[in-house]
Amino acid sequence: MTIPSNLKYTATHEWISKDSDGILTVGITEHAQELLGDLVFVELPTVGKAFAKDQEAAIVESVKAASDVYAPVAGTITEINEPIVKSPELINQDAHAAWLFKIKPDSGADYDALLDAAAYEKICQE
Amino acid sequence: MVDFGGWDMPLHYGSQIEEHHAVRRDCGMFDVSHMCAVDLVGPDAGKFLLRLVANNIEKLKIPGKALYTAMLNESGGVVDDLIVYFIKEGRFRLVVNAGTAEKDLAWMNTWQTEWKSNVKITPRRDLSIIAVQGPNAKARVWQALPETRNATENLKPFFAVMVGDYFIATTGYTGETGFEITLPSSGVEDFWQKLLDLGVKPVGLGARDTLRLEAGMNLYGQDMNDTVSPLDAGLAWTVDLESPRDFVGKSALLSHSRQKQFLGLLLLDKGGVLRAHQKVLTAHGDGEITSGSFSPTLQQSIALARLPLETAVGDMVKVEIRDKQLSARVVKPSFVRNGKVLV
Repeated sequence: MTIPSNLKYTATHEWISKDSDGILTVGITEHAQELLGDLVFVELPTVGKAFAKDQEAAIVESVKAASDVYAPVAGTITEINEPIVKSPELINQDAHAAWLFKIKPDSGADYDALLDAAAYEKICQE
Repeated sequence: MVDFGGWDMPLHYGSQIEEHHAVRRDCGMFDVSHMCAVDLVGPDAGKFLLRLVANNIEKLKIPGKALYTAMLNESGGVVDDLIVYFIKEGRFRLVVNAGTAEKDLAWMNTWQTEWKSNVKITPRRDLSIIAVQGPNAKARVWQALPETRNATENLKPFFAVMVGDYFIATTGYTGETGFEITLPSSGVEDFWQKLLDLGVKPVGLGARDTLRLEAGMNLYGQDMNDTVSPLDAGLAWTVDLESPRDFVGKSALLSHSRQKQFLGLLLLDKGGVLRAHQKVLTAHGDGEITSGSFSPTLQQSIALARLPLETAVGDMVKVEIRDKQLSARVVKPSFVRNGKVLV
């Protein structure tokens, strides 16, 4: 299993990368992709919409099941990855490249509370 | 891996969608040894089945012929759906579902005692079943087992023949041609490996479900169960109410006519995937999806649903998915057969 050490994680299997401008890019992890299997539907949030931490922000559905993707921090959506709506399989091909949305955090505190790779790996093994 | 009726089974070996396409376009194999073969042997075997199952086994006149049917309880609910193979006078083989096998055996034993039938009921736990399905399935099996070719080349659909250790049937759960091969478990690993070496793709439970859904075939526990009448689950064609014979559940079916139509749905709007238990809104009242998924062949979401009796093929309905109502079209519950799209 690949859990890049340069990313942050949530217990609900989102990965988060911090850009130089403080904006966070969010996707679902390789582990989540594996559990879900072939993805066939993605619904992304609207740009400009504000979310509370842990609020459902996107939906991914595979042949097997539907799964919510949660906002890892409180903040506002600044950008969404349109191509994956047409081609959800991009997530299966490379979950850490196929991001879902970018979110501008309301504060830095939520980000600091996210899991590092080692802590996330433990969760995956449970 | 998932638990399926007490068996540890792979949901997929790699990509579920690839496995699905392999069966539609080439061939794939399924380890379906979880299904239980049950042999019924004895002078009363035929008489016993005439009263036990809803379809009429008198339709089985030629040895080897198979019949799809259901066992009903006295309220007319489906105990299980199964295939009955007629081997010869006084000898039948049933193949029942994994999760229901113990219940089925207890049910059969109860009636055997009740009717004092001279028939021996033997679950064949010593056997395994491999299904090889797809346009090239038969050719691959003949490459793996050349000695079976002569006996199976002219086998019509829904027949079986015993060739040495192999019980080879032209049945399946995918809507494609192919064989279901029952063999002693001691030889199953070798057989699987031989097929693997010939390039036959292993297929997991996930694609098995999307294949049967596209073919419009019911799944026990999902599309019907002990509380659902076969008439409401699209299984009226497997119930024989014409002949004067009595069978378990018949009086309940006669006193309680069909309440629902069992039809297919094709999702037209984007916005999600049809799933079991979603509510269907029609002009004639509400219905419910019993099985739904994404169809890899149609690249669209499809479902089987129990809908109000007045619903007709071609009707537009709405399906509640999360907070949305999405449009779907009512279609015949058979979406793909032999690689061809039917809707």
